[in-house]
Amino acid sequence: MSEEQIMSLEKYFEERIARDEKIEPKDWMPEKYRQTHIRQMSQHAHSEVVGMLPEGNWITRAPSLRRKVALLAKVQDEAGHGLYLYSATETLGVSREELYEQLHTGKAKYSSIFNYPTLTWADIGAIGWLVDGAAIINQVPLCNTSYGPYARAMIRVCKEESFHQRQGYEIMIKLANGTPEQKEMAQDALNRWWWPSLMMLGPTDDKSVHTEQSMKWKLKRKTNDELRQQFIDQTVPQADLIGLKIPDPDLKWNEERGSYDFGGIDWDEFWQVVKGHGPMNKERMKARVGAWERGAWVRDAAMAYAEKKEKRKQAV
Amino acid sequence: MATKDWPLWEIFVRSKNGLEHRHFGSLHAADAEMALENARDVYTRRNEGVSIWVVESKHITASNPENYGELFEPAQDKVYRHPTFYDLPDEVKHM
Repeated sequence: MSEEQIMSLEKYFEERIARDEKIEPKDWMPEKYRQTHIRQMSQHAHSEVVGMLPEGNWITRAPSLRRKVALLAKVQDEAGHGLYLYSATETLGVSREELYEQLHTGKAKYSSIFNYPTLTWADIGAIGWLVDGAAIINQVPLCNTSYGPYARAMIRVCKEESFHQRQGYEIMIKLANGTPEQKEMAQDALNRWWWPSLMMLGPTDDKSVHTEQSMKWKLKRKTNDELRQQFIDQTVPQADLIGLKIPDPDLKWNEERGSYDFGGIDWDEFWQVVKGHGPMNKERMKARVGAWERGAWVRDAAMAYAEKKEKRKQAV
Repeated sequence: MATKDWPLWEIFVRSKNGLEHRHFGSLHAADAEMALENARDVYTRRNEGVSIWVVESKHITASNPENYGELFEPAQDKVYRHPTFYDLPDEVKHM
């Protein structure tokens, strides 16, 4: 294709997106659109899959059967979300094996929030409430994104995610209304998860390299700072309601803006964790790669069995 | 043994009797039976379906968006295929 042809295709493509038309897998798309979507969608899928690890840690120690079935269902949902997103990413012409390879070699990133440890049962409450809460804020606008398979996957994800946040908040309510030790445990979990949850919504707008292009392609509908403000404004009253204190001495209602002002975020910590120096980065990758390698014989056996059955069928 | 990757399957789910099967997404599985079982777990965890079809993706032939014009434009100028094309007096009822 000549450069001129590509230019006119690109112009037509941008116009389609501006008209809110969806782009489907076999449609022509600029290479950069394809690459950006592979990066973001696979990163999203990896986050769902790695996200099972910190919570899986507590399934056997859930305090009651009610909590245990809920946590099991939630972790199973995360696996499902990872699968919706992986198959949506594959429609862009990349294989599942390549995607796993990118995760396992550290070439692809996943949400850095999962590099923090889950030390107590209250962490399961805090994750559902805060981490899933922040994820919902990130994900709802994606239900309208320009790439059809991504938007469809996100609609399914968003429908399922609200139970996750409610089960987390319910855990926090119970602990906050429990013994002084339980309340303290809930407060401690909030103290540790609050700032990483704010970081989860991404670098500030002036430092975010992908925002402008992503807004144009409707991969993003609000900037990181807007999403963060929305998260804070909706979460602070939820903490107040159960008598927990947000660990930010600068947090203050701003009447004029109709929003909360909040303190500075430790972005050094964020970049350290992104670069692999968080408390659990190595552990998470070891668990993930280990599961993949230890499962190899199962995958091979299933394939061999399927081939054997097929051959037998043909012989009849 | 050289690892062979599980093939890709397209999943169609009927949400309730009376409705058609609709494309829900895809997944990897070693064979059709496993594709059905996996589809049950991946796509119908909350009573989303009463029946599932699985088709190996390689068996689907899809039209090419580049041929959109020759395939679909011929239908665009045939307004006489729609009831509104026909002029009837307002007094006529039930038509």
